[in-house]
Amino acid sequence: MIEGILIGLTTALTFQNIFMVMIGCFFGTIIGMLPGLGPMTAIALMIPITYGFDPATGLILMAGVYYGAVFGGSTSSILLNAPGVPGTVATSFDGYPMAQQGKAGKALAIAAWSSFAGGTLAAIYLLFLAPSLSKVSLSFRSPDYFALMILGLTAIAAFSSKGQFIKAMMMVVLGLMLASVGQDSLSDITRFTFNNMNLTDGISFVLVVMATFAMSEALTIILKRNDPTAAAKQVSLTELGSIRINKEERAKMLKTIPRTSIIGFIIGVLPGAGATIASFLAYGMERNLVKDEEKEKFGKGSVHGLAAPETANNAACSGAFVPLLTLGIPGSGTTAVMLGALLGFGIQPGPRLYMTNPEIFWSVIMSMYIGMVILLILNLPLIPYIARILAVPKNYLIPLILFFSITGIYVMSFNNFDIYLMIGIAVVATFMRLYDFPMPPLILAFVLGGLMEENLRRSLLLSDGSWTFLWDRTLTACILATTILIVGWQIYKTFKKKN
Amino acid sequence: MNINTTKIISLLFFIFSAFYLYTAYQIQVFAFDENAPFNARTFPIYLGYAGLFFSGLKLILPDPNTIKVEHKTLEYKKTAILVLIAIIYGATILKVGYFLTTSFFLMGSYYFLGERRWILMFMLSFPFVAAFMYLLHGVLDIYLRDPFLKLIGVMG
Repeated sequence: MIEGILIGLTTALTFQNIFMVMIGCFFGTIIGMLPGLGPMTAIALMIPITYGFDPATGLILMAGVYYGAVFGGSTSSILLNAPGVPGTVATSFDGYPMAQQGKAGKALAIAAWSSFAGGTLAAIYLLFLAPSLSKVSLSFRSPDYFALMILGLTAIAAFSSKGQFIKAMMMVVLGLMLASVGQDSLSDITRFTFNNMNLTDGISFVLVVMATFAMSEALTIILKRNDPTAAAKQVSLTELGSIRINKEERAKMLKTIPRTSIIGFIIGVLPGAGATIASFLAYGMERNLVKDEEKEKFGKGSVHGLAAPETANNAACSGAFVPLLTLGIPGSGTTAVMLGALLGFGIQPGPRLYMTNPEIFWSVIMSMYIGMVILLILNLPLIPYIARILAVPKNYLIPLILFFSITGIYVMSFNNFDIYLMIGIAVVATFMRLYDFPMPPLILAFVLGGLMEENLRRSLLLSDGSWTFLWDRTLTACILATTILIVGWQIYKTFKKKN
Repeated sequence: MNINTTKIISLLFFIFSAFYLYTAYQIQVFAFDENAPFNARTFPIYLGYAGLFFSGLKLILPDPNTIKVEHKTLEYKKTAILVLIAIIYGATILKVGYFLTTSFFLMGSYYFLGERRWILMFMLSFPFVAAFMYLLHGVLDIYLRDPFLKLIGVMG
């Protein structure tokens, strides 16, 4: 193994490859910051260029683009509350409030360090556990996935609702309902389209997330312009761009990062689960683990709340390489694109790759890691300048947020209907936000809706329509028991508070 | 029962869930799938009942954390104008093209939000959109439909 790591490092650390990763990080960050263009698009855009290089250089360029795009996505989540990809939605829960308090530079620095630490720890787990974890990922069956999704949705409802669990569960159901619009994945029967052809393919994730986060946030700012309690705090540009993390904040990060990297990595290893569930679960778990006074800060700019999802989503990104490299199964859209690129280079991922071509296996892992290091070195000095976006006056910033949201949808579909739908959802979301209906559970439910139906379908068909599949397997029963514990704990806490 | 806006939203959600459930039962499935343990209408039916359950609970249970919104302080007029401008933007973008509609949308939004520095407004609309279009179309090779620029021969 040590020999493999050294070969990987030697390949990745040549002048040409370091230059490529720098170019990749730079372009990846720019692409990732644009709404609607996430890591998957960024890598797809780079594939034709990478074929001009040897496989190692091509993969290293893609690694730079990948991590750059993930960081770019976090940047738009933190600064504009506009997460372009599902994996960075949870980042905005505490990153955006922190930026609104004039600590945009600090929020971006915490995100950058947490991402780096999450990726680093995950790379270490990957070094030692990859072969054995591939067996674990294969042992997960449909009932387990279904139970895991129920757990994810219940956890986010319980932890993001600030004591209003039923409201959060209503938003979960609404998210699942929105996800059910369009063709059924198996039978191709159209549902809830009301003979409108524009709805046949369903509603896109970018549309829903832009409407409920970015656009609705922009409308809320205008709506509450005269509200004295919502008056923006005036901060200096120096304070806005400061990336200094104090001792207390560092201590909080040091507690959060190790535990959330483990959960992120484990979830990332499961095919199909990915960075989204990992970041939401890590956020929920972290909120449950911190002290009571820290719990109150969640959703208002908590360091734990920002570090947890950022660590977990990066750890999950590295974890997703376990099924890809050891089994040849891409666990997410991004790794599917990476698989395509690997096949294009004539590399066939699978169990044989690890045994017969360890140098390629380690080159890929090391190139991902070098990409992350370079990203940190390149982007930390840029943070003070990126953070100044928030110093743009609201009269300009709000129209620009609306412009980026609408452009994100327009370049995806070239369809007026999608723009109207986005505006409609944004107006409803703005109204619901006024009455404290949380949006994060809706987004997670929307992302998981299709997968959840798919796994429930398989489970019910295998058990001939019986719901006993929920407790037939020990793993399913354990996940379900955890869900019940979370709900029970929430009910207990509510009653305790009232008394 | 104390009636507040949260309860009204819950009632609307209850009605919406009932409509969703009714529509779910109307989904046409293949004849051989009709009695299968799972078909295209199974999951939506569960969702419809879940919606009725949670909104029903919210309606029945007392609401100790009543949210009070000060409507007098809210800027409904400016928000409505901004939404209207966005709708007009959406309606014209395909026919007029990305460059002109986006630039006018930005100019209009800046103006209605109270901005009057015309040079700055211009710089942050027409040249800004042109630069953004160059990034998307020219550098990243992302297609942007624009009949106007095509007509004047700027875009292929």
